[in-house]
Amino acid sequence: MSIEIIGPGMLTTVQDAGRSGSRACGVGTGGAADRHSFEIANLLVGNDSHAAAIEITVTGPTIRLQRATTIALCGATIDAHADGVALPGWRPIALPAGCMLTFGACRRGVRAYLAIDGGIDTLPVLGSRSTDLRGRFGGHNGRALRAGDLLRLGLPHAAVTSSDAPGIAGWWIDADTDLDFSDSIAVSVVPGSDATIPADALHAQEFAVDAASDRQGLRLRGEALRVADLRERISEPVVPGTVQLPPDGQPIVLLADAQTVGGYPRIGHVIAADLPRLAQRRAGQHLRFVSVDHREAHRINTEQRARLARIALAIERRRPL
Amino acid sequence: MADIATIERLGDAALLLRFGDRIDAAINQRVHAWVAALSSEAPDWLIEVTPAYASLALHTDVTRIGDAGSFDADAFKHDPLEVAIAWITARLHSPLPDTANDTARTIEIPAHYGGDDGPDLAALAAHTGIAIEDVAARHTAAEYTVAMLGFAPGFPYLLGLDASLAMPRVASPRTHVPAGSVGVGGAQTGIYPQSGPGGWQLIGRTPLRLFDAQRDPPGLLRAGDRVRFVAIDAARFDALNEHAR
Repeated sequence: MSIEIIGPGMLTTVQDAGRSGSRACGVGTGGAADRHSFEIANLLVGNDSHAAAIEITVTGPTIRLQRATTIALCGATIDAHADGVALPGWRPIALPAGCMLTFGACRRGVRAYLAIDGGIDTLPVLGSRSTDLRGRFGGHNGRALRAGDLLRLGLPHAAVTSSDAPGIAGWWIDADTDLDFSDSIAVSVVPGSDATIPADALHAQEFAVDAASDRQGLRLRGEALRVADLRERISEPVVPGTVQLPPDGQPIVLLADAQTVGGYPRIGHVIAADLPRLAQRRAGQHLRFVSVDHREAHRINTEQRARLARIALAIERRRPL
Repeated sequence: MADIATIERLGDAALLLRFGDRIDAAINQRVHAWVAALSSEAPDWLIEVTPAYASLALHTDVTRIGDAGSFDADAFKHDPLEVAIAWITARLHSPLPDTANDTARTIEIPAHYGGDDGPDLAALAAHTGIAIEDVAARHTAAEYTVAMLGFAPGFPYLLGLDASLAMPRVASPRTHVPAGSVGVGGAQTGIYPQSGPGGWQLIGRTPLRLFDAQRDPPGLLRAGDRVRFVAIDAARFDALNEHAR
């Protein structure tokens, strides 16, 4: 069974939890930019939390479901309809065979996750179904989805008959602790290997998100920063969350599609728990960096994992519809 | 102590080991030896080890380090990377197994220099004061070592460029560099595995597929490999290119 892409949206890709083991040949982790929303969407439809789903960016696609199935929408708040019926996010929704899913614009945040029971069953490449846009592999033919694409689904966990549908669950998941769509947010950073002048410069101002941001990096605009040591650096490993400082003094926070090595100074690293919020920043919105030590970072990350585990348990008790 | 490295945290789930701060073949060789040694003894929390010029990264799954995966309040009190740092510190104090590059291979890369395949060859000749035909001769005469792969999947950073061929990057990066293009960026040379944007001076092009995610292994080159370029003419390029499809 498949879904058919009728209209592609701005940048719609297949993503899962990303790949590991290929960094040494220059392949980064990739995967869902907002891992938290992505995992909850999967849990809501009964999938393994790392199953492949559809990542929607800014404006959504139009998709026809060939079979009756259960879907869930998490992440950005997006205008979504099934055969004209408005669909809410963060809950399982049973839909009939032949149903047309139409997505408009993201109203809060920029990335929405559409999980479908069974997951998207494209061929794993280097251990993952994620689309590597720069390497042009993984996902569906290594590229963003286009009109006419057919994507196979995995075996469903629950049978939905057309007479059950549409069925919108009367309960939902509240992810407000981990996602913050307000205009200005704080994100936690641990120190990087390069010092700025003055030392707290990264934390002393608010930055605006630049429109040139993408899955590789969130580009920020503010008063230009400078590093204490101006010597040329040789390329060293970088990771999602690394805050790089190019010569223009405007920081770039690497996101899911971070390259594996980089030559710019690294003036901090955003902790794992705050990457989902970063991935939801819109151009023109703001953020400031708050310094945390490694123990505090571990506490914040662990608390987020604990919330996700509790959400998984709560969903387990409520499903099926 | 067999090797001196500084150990830093690279964010909240990785460590960076630095063996030096310059591009140097001997330092890079030590990096590769340590990557091999650490990868072969990896504890279950060590996901992968990434080499760079003079440093390497250990990427961990912090939830598998000690009790860090537990939601007990007590588990919050430790920074799990401390355990990883203790492990690597102890490991750095014991000797590095003598790998002496016995795994290094030499890979020949056929390349067509100049013409449409090397649009910057004439500019590089003018910049360096070397005759156009001698640029290819000097580029093929050297033996290179793959220092690391990065920037894009399968992109090899090669050590060993004849110093007389060094030239700064182009003033404004090209938006489209064809796959297989051989470039010079400063004192480095490398090959673009995929078409895409790029800022290096393009002197030639290879018909070989450097990276194919469907192939096992996907990369033609590994860090530590030796590389030699072999000049081919346009007809040979076309024949090999046809074969590589």
